Amino acid sequence: MSLDTSSTPLSFRRPSGLRTVKNGAAWVYVSLAAVLTVIPLVWILYTVISQGYRLVLNSNWWLQSQRGITPRREGGGAYHAIIGTVEIGLICALIAVPLGILGAILLIEYARGSKAARAVSFAVDILSGLPSIVAALFIYALFITVFGFGRSVIAVSCALTLLMLPVVLRSTEEMLKLVPDSLREASYALGVPCWKTILHVVIPTAFSGISTGVVLGLARVMGETAPLLILVSYAVGINFSPTSATMGALPTMINSGRDQAPTLPGYERVWAAALTLILIVMLLNLLARGIARASKLKEK
Amino acid sequence: MPKNRLLSSRITKLAAVLALGTLSLAACGSDPAAPSATDSSAGGSTSASGAGGLTCPAGKLSAEGSSAQANAISEVIANYNAECGDKATIEYNPTGSGAGIKSFYNGLVDFAGSDSALKSVEKDGVIETDKAKERCQGNPAWDLPMVVGPIAFAYNIDGVDKLVLNAEVLAEIFNGTIKTWNDPKIAKLNSGVTLPSAPITVFFRSDESGTTENTTKFLKAAGNGAWKDEPAKAWTGTGQGKNKSSGVAEGVASTKNSISYVEWSYARDNKLAIAQLDSGKGGVELTGDAVGKAVAEATVAGTGNDLSLSLKYSGTGAGAYPALLVTYEIVCSKGLAADKTALVKDFLTYFASAKNQSSLEDLGYAPLPADLQTKVTAAVAAVS
Amino acid sequence: MSTRSPVPQVTSHPARPRPAAPQPTGHGVQLAEISQAGDRTFRFLAGGSGVLIIALVAFVGIFLLALALPSLLQDRDNFLFSRSWTVVGDELRFGIAGLLWTTVLSSVVAMIIAVPVAIGVALFLTQYLPRRFSGPLSFVIDLLAAVPSIIFGLWGLTVLGPFLRPVGLWVSGHLGFIPLFRAEIDPSSSVFVASVVLAIMILPIITAISRDVFTQTPRDQIEAALALGATRWEVIRSAVLPYGRSGVVSASMLGLGRALGETVAVLIILSQAAPGSAFTPSIFAGGETFASKIANNASEFDTPSKTGAFIAAGLVLFVVTFVVNALARIVATRGTARS
Repeated sequence: MSLDTSSTPLSFRRPSGLRTVKNGAAWVYVSLAAVLTVIPLVWILYTVISQGYRLVLNSNWWLQSQRGITPRREGGGAYHAIIGTVEIGLICALIAVPLGILGAILLIEYARGSKAARAVSFAVDILSGLPSIVAALFIYALFITVFGFGRSVIAVSCALTLLMLPVVLRSTEEMLKLVPDSLREASYALGVPCWKTILHVVIPTAFSGISTGVVLGLARVMGETAPLLILVSYAVGINFSPTSATMGALPTMINSGRDQAPTLPGYERVWAAALTLILIVMLLNLLARGIARASKLKEK
Repeated sequence: MPKNRLLSSRITKLAAVLALGTLSLAACGSDPAAPSATDSSAGGSTSASGAGGLTCPAGKLSAEGSSAQANAISEVIANYNAECGDKATIEYNPTGSGAGIKSFYNGLVDFAGSDSALKSVEKDGVIETDKAKERCQGNPAWDLPMVVGPIAFAYNIDGVDKLVLNAEVLAEIFNGTIKTWNDPKIAKLNSGVTLPSAPITVFFRSDESGTTENTTKFLKAAGNGAWKDEPAKAWTGTGQGKNKSSGVAEGVASTKNSISYVEWSYARDNKLAIAQLDSGKGGVELTGDAVGKAVAEATVAGTGNDLSLSLKYSGTGAGAYPALLVTYEIVCSKGLAADKTALVKDFLTYFASAKNQSSLEDLGYAPLPADLQTKVTAAVAAVS
Repeated sequence: MSTRSPVPQVTSHPARPRPAAPQPTGHGVQLAEISQAGDRTFRFLAGGSGVLIIALVAFVGIFLLALALPSLLQDRDNFLFSRSWTVVGDELRFGIAGLLWTTVLSSVVAMIIAVPVAIGVALFLTQYLPRRFSGPLSFVIDLLAAVPSIIFGLWGLTVLGPFLRPVGLWVSGHLGFIPLFRAEIDPSSSVFVASVVLAIMILPIITAISRDVFTQTPRDQIEAALALGATRWEVIRSAVLPYGRSGVVSASMLGLGRALGETVAVLIILSQAAPGSAFTPSIFAGGETFASKIANNASEFDTPSKTGAFIAAGLVLFVVTFVVNALARIVATRGTARS
């Protein structure tokens, strides 16, 4: 690397005019960029909150479904959609978390640096760049065209698992890497087998990092819309069955609700659903950050 | 940083409590109770108690299909529940006609809503009528016309509140042959109206839809050959595509000198100007009556109680508005479980009743003409 | 290229206990027998999950290809160069040229808008702001990544689109002689607005990665520059930016990959061009991306040949994002190898 200041003779004068101006311009540029980045967030939050807060503050919103509520009627809530979103997220986590943790263990504990690890790592890289619509099409091809199952909540969860898996796996991997080898060695020295060392020493040490990854992964999949559009139909009533072809979810509640005139009472519910979804996803993000920070402080 | 630590642990706790709170909601939600029968704030029909000899059986029905009738059927379900004191649970999910028919013959739902009748010709290795017969344990399924959805040709031209168009001109506007509003062909239908020389902006549905299919069917049948393409769910004309009916309506509302086809309800909810339709006997305004007249001229193509219609798009009588789509409820004539059959019959009788049909006009649907309504009621009565 | 704390590079793990049998050591120490069953099961599970992950990725490609092939074989048009999309009826005529153009155009414009801003923010966070403030600010920017895409779409359609309309009209009015800026439709639902929304969506990703790279600029290089009397900007130009270049490039590519695959926001905002209309390169035109086209028609996948056509489009999207992401990884690993 080269320093273009290197040719100037050493002097303790203030930098020349042009250099000061450039420096100032750079300052203006970066602060402007920061402002430009914060504006959309504030703007979006303002739009969503100002149009949706009224319904969200009503307890019925959290306790009732939309069955029997038409766009022309007020009332009802997002309960069915919240249930759907949470249930889909949980089914996803049920598949993605064990798979992701085991994959990370393979990468770090069993096959670190080997060819197999590189192959798995490469596959995870592909998965983390996989567009959600492609994941959805894949599951559509597999479940519906090949197996002939029909659309279902499980199909959506499987598609979203593909998106959640790399998040869980990578954050677990990062955490496992941070576990000092001295801990592992101490355990081996006591004659503890590898798997017990992993289960009782490595995983607990890395627990907070792993849970951060799980929560972030949940936040990612709960906000996804595209797989829901392809793999499950929106239902207005409460439904717990994971094999059902119709289930409410917040993103599809927004999507089906936006198809109405803005003058109708039902339109407010679109923004309220959007606010609910943002609240849930942001809470999960806050939670993930809180876990990460709390554990970092504990280490200190 | 003790302060920092305190803060961060508080944030974590708060977030955890809130997240847990959200999850624990799973334990205590419910479907909203139906509004009482006297509650008229909803804008739908208000009902006199004990109407029309309803038997109000208890039970659970699920149905899915066409989104074109979604607003109508959900309003009717709400009213039915109000009259029957919430004894039955009926759910309709607007998943699209094709999906609805599939779910019906796969036995996932009790009846289907569709904007076309069951097909008796093979398509992709499936004969819908046979499949439906299988599902109904060997009994035929019937197509019962229930909701009539007029198609509005909504436009936005400053200072023009009355515009008369006919199918041929519409076809030429929609396929791009007529490019400006002051085209002589439009002027000929609108003597005395000053039309701008501005270019016409056409909006269309970018997603595949029954509305597009029925509009193109009408243009093809009534347009004197001006519409060349085969009617299809995907648009083949000119213009700008907008997602869903609301997108199309919003496009017309916000764009000067534009025109589109959209369900009547969307045109009304967005307060759009609607063109009158000239089928050779003068401009006809879009009203429930005018549409009913056009439906009355349709012939029943099905046999017996299968009331699938073949619509008449051109040469309709004076005062008829023939641009419309009919959605059917597809039900088993026999073979559904006894308790469900009772509920299906009771609900569909209520749906087809004159009072209910006329109340649909407020939502942007046209009532079934009296003659057809009698036939539908008779068919529902014959379901066993 | 992320914040990886130095890991003790252990080439092989400390000798794992492999006590096959209690070893009579002769010193009277009797080691207890340790069952290998647990270890074997665990190794099997971990290995199995690895195999499953690789298989999943392979299956994505294989299944999409297998289901797209029949339709591709029936396609009467050139799949790569045709802009038509007739997938019903006896004669299939479809191609991806139009989809590819809109997808790439919207994503590249988004990247052009997002990258300079993201670099600026990342510099602001790492080089200008004191640590106390940069933490909360990066968190706020991370929150932007947490906004679900459908909300971006809704906001873009109802708020940002109308707001940007005058900007679009001004640009197309003054620069309309350039085909790229020719006014085709109302700018509020054109590629332009979709690109701005995509830019906002990928901003946090590019910012986060660039921030991580910039923080890792060796302290001594920065101090050396400062000692030579460099201004803050000169430090950035001579030390921070050269060090972080590969990281920023790879971050931008990852952002591009995300923009290419974005579905719902584009679906909601973008107007569709009429089938068969003439090709226009303009950003003030409508169009469809791979993802929005697939999502728009998902509820009507009723015949195998039609589904196959859409799956073929999905396959192309898969390949394109795969290439972009792979390039990003290559740039990143090259960069870390060099530094």
